[in-house]
Amino acid sequence: MNHLPQAWGRPRDDVYGTYDRSYLQTSTPNSHTQSPAVTGTSVLAIKFNGGVAMAADKLASYGSLARFTDVKRIRVFDKTTVVGFGGDISDMQYIDRLLDSIDVEENYSSNGNTLNAKNVHTYLAKVLYKRRSKFDPLWNQILVAGFDDDSKPFLSSADLLGTTFSAPHLATGFGAHLAIPILRRLFPEEMPVENIGKEEAVAALRECMKVLFYRDARSLDQYSLAVVTSDGVELKEDEKLEAQSWNFAENIRGYGTQVN
Amino acid sequence: MTSLLQLQSPDFETIGYSFSEGSRPGNKEHGFYPYTDNGGSTLGISGSDFTILAGDTRSVSGYNINSRHSPKVFKIGGDDETGEGAHIILSVVGFAADGQALKESLDGIVNMYKYQHGKPMSVKACAQRLSTILYQKRFFPYYANAILGGLDENGKGALYSYDPVGSYERVQCKAAGSASSLIMPFLDNQVDYKNQYVPGSGEGHALERRKPEPLPRSTVEQLVRDAFTSAVERHIEVGDGLQMMIITASGIEEIYSPLKKD
Repeated sequence: MNHLPQAWGRPRDDVYGTYDRSYLQTSTPNSHTQSPAVTGTSVLAIKFNGGVAMAADKLASYGSLARFTDVKRIRVFDKTTVVGFGGDISDMQYIDRLLDSIDVEENYSSNGNTLNAKNVHTYLAKVLYKRRSKFDPLWNQILVAGFDDDSKPFLSSADLLGTTFSAPHLATGFGAHLAIPILRRLFPEEMPVENIGKEEAVAALRECMKVLFYRDARSLDQYSLAVVTSDGVELKEDEKLEAQSWNFAENIRGYGTQVN
Repeated sequence: MTSLLQLQSPDFETIGYSFSEGSRPGNKEHGFYPYTDNGGSTLGISGSDFTILAGDTRSVSGYNINSRHSPKVFKIGGDDETGEGAHIILSVVGFAADGQALKESLDGIVNMYKYQHGKPMSVKACAQRLSTILYQKRFFPYYANAILGGLDENGKGALYSYDPVGSYERVQCKAAGSASSLIMPFLDNQVDYKNQYVPGSGEGHALERRKPEPLPRSTVEQLVRDAFTSAVERHIEVGDGLQMMIITASGIEEIYSPLKKD
């Protein structure tokens, strides 16, 4: 053994040659997420009289490969709030751990306060904004549903840049193109939320999930559906699309060879 | 033994280790762009005893409308979330997340000033502080155009306009945001009376310019409405709702009126 402690436990230079320190990566830049890897597609949500409903399919894609088909992209926070994730799945799992830890922290603290959906949304928006400001974004768009400080239904969005906005119905990813126009037609924004029933809202979401499955190549016919009311969260994680009809496909003209 | 390593092929460096990417020479290129444009427009006009700040309430990303009710005008230095007790107003347009962060940081500072000095911050001081906040991020700017409004030490309407890195000046009127190039010339003509002359005052260069004077509140409110209804017709990112905040000696009044949603 060498008398220099710095050399202990290292391969001997006289036997193996000089140790290549470049592999220690001491002076190289950190590698940050430049693009998402395994991703989830749309999340849809709509406010109704006395609550909010949210849906997201269970597919996690690796590019165009349908990689995982049983991924739950809606999580419940403190039995009162639901959070739906679009975008990178590993970043979702990281945020999920963050939410777990603040949930535990809040429930063990003695102040007696509980975090509502609005608080959770503010927290997530700050996390996302801070990470984008470090050029190390969490590659997600997130919908948060539940209740605000006045116990009114709350629905808001936050994305990887830290941008936030709120509307009576929201959708991420492909849903912003396909589902939002349907929801806006069914429930015009000037229509008070009190006029929308829970069953109506859920039925509309199911219909939108069907349209998304027809037209979004990175989607699945199995989905999670969450309904938040003052009674708590009802989360169903093995919903399937029903009454699909592909009859419309025959009538599509204009792509490729036409035989008639 | 020693020669074992040296016997390796001379091009062993080219083996693609998964972690070697960071040690490549040259500058690293980021695939992530930290800004976006959320569209919309804001407008401020000050009068002899009031200031009006207005903004549309649409939030966009690309051709999508995110929300039809996303305010751009905020109260600064209020006691709570509702902004009760505020005496300064701020509008931000551009990248909404930066605008929000800017507003929250200014609001925090104005409140801390109040707690530490036992008096509200003057608009002049607040205007200088906002410039400093923006300039502190000179090399990673808040991508937002801010307009700050209030009443000065003499009770006159005060309006300050900013660029994203903190250059600022006190102005009579200012339009910012995506439709600023549509609204600003209208304001030049209707507030500063640019290209307006006194009829029959002379020929050619001898024509006498119409002198601008402080406008009454009702006229200014109508100008703001006209500016926005016209901008909505010609700019796709402007619409849905008009939020106006009027600051006078008796406090801040907020008026919301609908705009076209197409």
